[in-house]
Amino acid sequence: MISVSQLSKYYSAKPPVVALDNINLEIEEGELFGLIGPDGAGKTTLFRILTTLMVPDLGKATVMGWDVVNDYDKIRKHIGYMPGRFSLYQDLSVIENLEFYATLFNTTIEENYHLIKPIYEQIAPFKDRRAGALSGGMKQKLALSCALIHKPKVLFLDEPTTGVDVVSRKEFWQMLEGLKKEGITILVSTPYMDEASMCDRIALIHEGKILQVAPPHQIAASSSANLWEVRSEKIYTALQLLDGYEGIQGVFPFGDCLHVQLTDPTVDGTFIAAWLQRAGLIDATVKQIQPGIEDVFLMQLSSSQKHQAS
Amino acid sequence: MSTFKSFVKKEVRHILRDRKTLLVLLGMPIVQIILFGFALSNEVKNTVIYVADLAHDEMSASLIQQIDASKYFDVGGVITQTSEADALLRTGKAKVVMVVPTRFSEDLQHQKEVTLQLLTDGTNPNLASTVNTYLSIIVRDFRNRTLGDLKLPMALKVEPRMLYNPQLKGEYTFVPGVIAMVLMIICVLMTSVSIVKEKELGNMELVLVSPTRPHIVILSKAIPYFVLGLILVTVILLMSRFLLHIPIRGNLLLLYGVSALFIITALSLGLVISTITNSQQVAMLISLMGMMLPTIMFGGFMFPIENMPLPMQVISNIIPAKWFYYAINDIMIKGQGFAAVRFDVLILFGFTLLFLFISYKKFNIRLS
Repeated sequence: MISVSQLSKYYSAKPPVVALDNINLEIEEGELFGLIGPDGAGKTTLFRILTTLMVPDLGKATVMGWDVVNDYDKIRKHIGYMPGRFSLYQDLSVIENLEFYATLFNTTIEENYHLIKPIYEQIAPFKDRRAGALSGGMKQKLALSCALIHKPKVLFLDEPTTGVDVVSRKEFWQMLEGLKKEGITILVSTPYMDEASMCDRIALIHEGKILQVAPPHQIAASSSANLWEVRSEKIYTALQLLDGYEGIQGVFPFGDCLHVQLTDPTVDGTFIAAWLQRAGLIDATVKQIQPGIEDVFLMQLSSSQKHQAS
Repeated sequence: MSTFKSFVKKEVRHILRDRKTLLVLLGMPIVQIILFGFALSNEVKNTVIYVADLAHDEMSASLIQQIDASKYFDVGGVITQTSEADALLRTGKAKVVMVVPTRFSEDLQHQKEVTLQLLTDGTNPNLASTVNTYLSIIVRDFRNRTLGDLKLPMALKVEPRMLYNPQLKGEYTFVPGVIAMVLMIICVLMTSVSIVKEKELGNMELVLVSPTRPHIVILSKAIPYFVLGLILVTVILLMSRFLLHIPIRGNLLLLYGVSALFIITALSLGLVISTITNSQQVAMLISLMGMMLPTIMFGGFMFPIENMPLPMQVISNIIPAKWFYYAINDIMIKGQGFAAVRFDVLILFGFTLLFLFISYKKFNIRLS
């Protein structure tokens, strides 16, 4: 459905900024595909190229078999796009926005109402309110409704859950599940690792490079890393003590604890606790954990950075 | 409903919902007309005149009385020596001093040629020439009344002499200038800003990812502002006709036709600006500094182009407002027909085609 090969994009600056660096990607029809990466990883640039808003500098990309540069007008008829920033008309009401986007694609609200019904019903009580006066979650639902009103074959959602509360985020992913059942191919990007597990497959992207593409559970399971969770009241001191210590591959802060990856996959990590306690952190405890997607991402990141440095 | 209609409808909603901007748009021409009109009518009324009455006879007294009786002049006083006139004008006590020669009644009655001298403060050319005209009319009236039955050849003459500004330029009617200025502001500024606003807020990103063609986006932006421009022309014309009592001499249809053409020229200029910038602030700066200032300076209604050095005169040719001002001045004030303005119309038409071509070529089907 979407095919990207050796795609590169640079922004002119001094020195030139590499937004996308030789990217390859294949997305199947009907797939819910996640693009996971931090801010500035190149997610939005990739979206803009695939939605024909930008021209790549190198490489080739096709959507539904059409080239994003030459056949842009064919692609634009069949895709739905929800940019990262709320881009509807703030001074038009909810229903006026929806009507406008329907006529933009030569269709009517009635024609495809079944598709947006579960989403639109939630904002219908506010249909005469101006879009600018909606809450973040409602704006997001309206934007999704507008992106869906012409029954697109492919849906591009650029960070749809950024700045949205936890409950709305959860609801949103349930809606995407529903859309997947309608046969719509969905490409969604997010900086939140916890949302990755909702996708069929995910690509980890960082600094314009794709680190790994796999189903989320596989990404976590494929890791053979020897990972230990460290807890202590003085978490920052612990981080300083452990960072760069022999036998430790990496230390990653995770909220109120540390995830410590050991270089040797067979070594027992309990020595960390003893070592920290000797250094004065008497409350330090450790336990072995299974790596999550975020761990995999961070580990790959640090190893690629070390690779670059050497 | 077609996509185009829906675009226009959306645009109209944008305009109507931005109450403050709409108020400024409609208020601006009204305020400008009132300001110009008020300033014009206020100053010519009750102008202070001093009379150097060297004759001091029956007829000169009667003339002074007649001048004082008119609503345009107040006789501030009668002086006996012309040497006092200079001080009066210099201090601003008098706007005009009339010198009545000795043996005024005698010479008049003996059919000799009598000359009245007018010393006018020429610092304000508009006022000075208006004052001269009014005084001449009063004097002619006086002559006809006192000597009318004698059926004499013109025996009494007024000789105006401008002080401080000898090369007095004729009076300009501001109404055509205001029309040109207002249309320029609204059509160029508002279209460019409204398009760039969509780019800035990301609306354009969504509109581009749709099967809609660029010319529909462009046209739909232009239509509401075209109508708004015509409404403003009507407001200005109504006000100048009924508030300032400036007659519209030419063909009204022709007047509207030329105005409509100029609105389209200005709109397409706004489109050009919107295609070369991505921020509202830049669009506003280009529209105001880049378009408004040259329009005021080279438009011909503030500063006469004939007085400018040659390079400036050449530059003024690329200002669309100049051609519009010439055309509308010919139609409205001079009452001329299409034949007189066809050259101006042709040039405006050429500008429009050029601007439309540039904006169509430069309209980006993608982001940046």
